[in-house]
Amino acid sequence: MSIHVHRPGLLTTIQDSGRYGFQQYGVVVSGPMDTFAHRAGNLLVGNPPGYAALEMTLLGPVLEFQDAALIAICGGDFRAHINGSPLPLWRPVYVPAGSTLTVDAPKRGCRGVLAISGGLDVPLVMNSRSTYLRAGLGGLKGRALRAGDVLPVGARDEAIEPLLTAILKGMDREAQFGTVSWRISETLLPKYEEHPVLRLLEGPELHWLEEESQSELFSGTFTLQPQSDRMGCRLAGKPLRLGISRELASVPVTFGTVQLPPDGHPIVLMADRQTTGGYPRAGQVITADLPLLAQGKPGCRVRFQRVTLQEAQELLLQAELRLRQLEQSIVLQFRR
Amino acid sequence: MQQIQIQPEGDHAVVVSFGKENNSVVRAGVRMLARALAEQPLKGMVEYIPAFTSVTVIYDPVLVYKEAEGQALGSGTLLPYEIVVGKLDALVQTLQEQQVPPESVVCIPVCYGGEFGPDLEGVAALSGLSVEEVISIHHGVPYQVHMLGFAPGFPYLGGMDRRIAAPRKATPRLFVPAGSVGIAGEQTGVYPISTPGGWQLIGRTPAALFLPDRQPPALLKAGDMLRFYPITRREYETWEGTSP
Repeated sequence: MSIHVHRPGLLTTIQDSGRYGFQQYGVVVSGPMDTFAHRAGNLLVGNPPGYAALEMTLLGPVLEFQDAALIAICGGDFRAHINGSPLPLWRPVYVPAGSTLTVDAPKRGCRGVLAISGGLDVPLVMNSRSTYLRAGLGGLKGRALRAGDVLPVGARDEAIEPLLTAILKGMDREAQFGTVSWRISETLLPKYEEHPVLRLLEGPELHWLEEESQSELFSGTFTLQPQSDRMGCRLAGKPLRLGISRELASVPVTFGTVQLPPDGHPIVLMADRQTTGGYPRAGQVITADLPLLAQGKPGCRVRFQRVTLQEAQELLLQAELRLRQLEQSIVLQFRR
Repeated sequence: MQQIQIQPEGDHAVVVSFGKENNSVVRAGVRMLARALAEQPLKGMVEYIPAFTSVTVIYDPVLVYKEAEGQALGSGTLLPYEIVVGKLDALVQTLQEQQVPPESVVCIPVCYGGEFGPDLEGVAALSGLSVEEVISIHHGVPYQVHMLGFAPGFPYLGGMDRRIAAPRKATPRLFVPAGSVGIAGEQTGVYPISTPGGWQLIGRTPAALFLPDRQPPALLKAGDMLRFYPITRREYETWEGTSP
């Protein structure tokens, strides 16, 4: 089973749940920018949550399926077509052999996940199939997709056969693809918005900022800069000033750490963040809200809302509960 | 070890600090906790990262909750953070009775000067020393590996002689080959992978500091001692193997 790449899209990489366990050696984690979309996509095609899928950025690829496949597109509102017929998002879709999938720019959002039943079967590098572009590690030869690439796909789980049979039975003769009548309810999705409000924890060096800048961080508006990438979302607004200028020995940083470099414009560290950093950590975007920022396009306006650690962890556990609900209802659909 | 502090870093990490100053007592604490976490990983821990004066523990709040006895997801008596801090507190208490792990000494060969060390003469001129003196000062002392970061396998080293300190290049090179040994300010280090960089390059090692298919992938780990030893160009070319 393989997929031929006709057009790679703007930046399409293979990502699984990330390369964990090697940060003490300076190895970057990588993994999906929108972790919710990645997990939901895998659930919809009957994969375990961490399977390798394609992450698409701003313009998706054109792919030809040599064999039939079950796919799902989640995340940003990408416009996708199979042989010209518009494809629904957030649903399992059966793609017959020989079909061409075209994923164009999203109406809303920035990143999409294309999950395929069986997952993308590229070699494991340090326990992960995630692409880390800067070091040329993992994924497909450590790089983004190119035209002419062939993507290997793993064997799909037998548990999805009843679903496939049901889809095929209900499929119109002229239809370009088959799908189901249900989709993930809006209420279970993160609150994707064009200009998101991100909940923020105070960072260990927040008090290094001038008082005015501390309140500006939680009340001002910041614009997402075009230099933003998988490593970090660069924000610009009224520059934040440090009241204390002190050298910080490099410290570990995590997904969501808000660094403040000397120019006063915060950077939120994302999937391909470095393992350590030397800039003051003004805050930390809560894990539950990182998918919202991952969908931010350059130019989108972002505001921060202060929360406590207790609220952050409760929100994360609630998000997990919603995902469990989703998982259970999808599994029920598969058994029908 | 009275100064140990445990603080949250965001909603999925905790930092255990052993003090503000980077001294041998603090470093011993870092090494002991890292060893303890390697031997007995906490339930729900994803990984840990030793740094200059602290160890950061990355955890999965959902897993911590699931693993905690008698806690159903979302039932909420203790936060995942509180559970992790409780366990780390108990672990840190036990460290006091333990022996500091011995430091491993890793020796790596360096071919100094020539095309491998285009800035060696400049560093010598800045220091007022001869090229030979710079080389002998550079490999004359062992360096402590404080942490790895910045790039895969890149060591933050402590202990360089101030006499050979040199500022970063005004214009960074667009390409620094893997294995390049350089000086930046009062630090020395080795580039494990080819990258752009602004360090003054004084030599190159044929040893691989980072190999993705090796377990572990990095030659060094935080807490190791690193020694450089000089080799000739011919020895560099015939050097075999990936670990010294």
